[in-house]
Amino acid sequence: MKTVEEIKAAIEAAVPGAGVEFVPNPSLSAQHSLRLAPESAVAVATFLRDDAELTLDFLSNVSGVDWPDKEVAEKVKVTRTVTKTVDGPDGQKVDQQVEETVEETRKHVEPGCLEAVYHLYSVSKKHGPLVIRLRTANRTDQIELPSLTPVWRAAEFQEREVFDLYGIVFAGHPDLRRILMWPEFKDHPMRKDYVEPDDFEYEPTAHDEVLKRAQEHKDSEQGTGIRDQEAAAK
Amino acid sequence: MAVDQNLKIELGKQGIFVTTIEELYNWGRRSSVWPMQFGLACCAIEMIATTMARYDLARFGAEVFRPSPRQADLMIVSGTVTKKMAPQVVRLYNQMAEPRYVIAMGACAISGGPFKQGYNVLKGIDRYIPVDVHIPGCPPRPEALIQAFMTLQKKIDGQPLTGEGRPRHLDANAQGEFPVPEQGEHDLEPTSNHGVWPVPITIR
Repeated sequence: MKTVEEIKAAIEAAVPGAGVEFVPNPSLSAQHSLRLAPESAVAVATFLRDDAELTLDFLSNVSGVDWPDKEVAEKVKVTRTVTKTVDGPDGQKVDQQVEETVEETRKHVEPGCLEAVYHLYSVSKKHGPLVIRLRTANRTDQIELPSLTPVWRAAEFQEREVFDLYGIVFAGHPDLRRILMWPEFKDHPMRKDYVEPDDFEYEPTAHDEVLKRAQEHKDSEQGTGIRDQEAAAK
Repeated sequence: MAVDQNLKIELGKQGIFVTTIEELYNWGRRSSVWPMQFGLACCAIEMIATTMARYDLARFGAEVFRPSPRQADLMIVSGTVTKKMAPQVVRLYNQMAEPRYVIAMGACAISGGPFKQGYNVLKGIDRYIPVDVHIPGCPPRPEALIQAFMTLQKKIDGQPLTGEGRPRHLDANAQGEFPVPEQGEHDLEPTSNHGVWPVPITIR
């Protein structure tokens, strides 16, 4: 198979304005990937499937990735003017403007996003995988990505699963419903900020994380009278 | 009224069989417990093995697995009860006719098992329906299911027909229907039926 860089060049030649970005993988596996722009993703995917040399006709799996908002601390050199009192030539105190360079730590929040990762193979050419990624703009309101189900039918259930567990909305999906959780469910359990339901009322052998959660549950019950019976038993 | 055991044996030697209605009635009940044909996860494979020739649950009068809850006496909850499946399990239990019994088979059905810390697994089916016999194990061997079945038979055998502890179909005031949990926005609602499952008190 062509290298990922060559595939990127082929895509750019075939789909004008594709906006494909090369994502290197610095680890030993060196499984580099391509990040597609959501606007041209369907056109690029169709090219990858139909191109005579690539013929990536098999979608192996679709994964979801949650990138939470990240606080980044940066050290910046700042030059500012400070007034200093220095001894003048005739023994008097004189104020003088002095320029000073100070290192400052600045924090800013890098907005997170949701990502869908597709692994493609070619059954007829016996090569692969090619990894392509799609990113949403953020993780709250702009969570729409184009569905690749019209290109590879195999994406249908897996995109539903990504929708269910990560909350990415796939535009153009023929049947976008929750697949694992019930329809009334509101959360997306695989997101990093998912809060699990509190059903730690009975933990006879609690330890580590469970012990912490059980203790939190016990504290939340303080004063509600639920545990009076237990106190009486002691 | 119980028959004197020695007299019964003596009469038996003479070819006379003496029993009580209660004994006869319970013998009939315990010898034809029909389980429901219903499996949830890998424990169901062991349940199937139990009914096959090697372990042969038919020896205990339970060879007929009924595919309808209306014809079944015993629900073997064999496997992980997810929160998506739990309302259906309770609904099936409600549809069974009295007298009905429940065996919770395996670590998942009794407590959530290895998936206990997951957000989508019910921590034991006894939170919603009354369970008669719990079997630990992951999965329990067919011998364990047979042991549980024999325990249930002993329980049926020991039930008096009148007074305290009589089977529910002879008790007009017994609860017949158990509330089916709703699937809420974050969890099942309610998260347990406190009438069936008062939160156990841990004394250390």
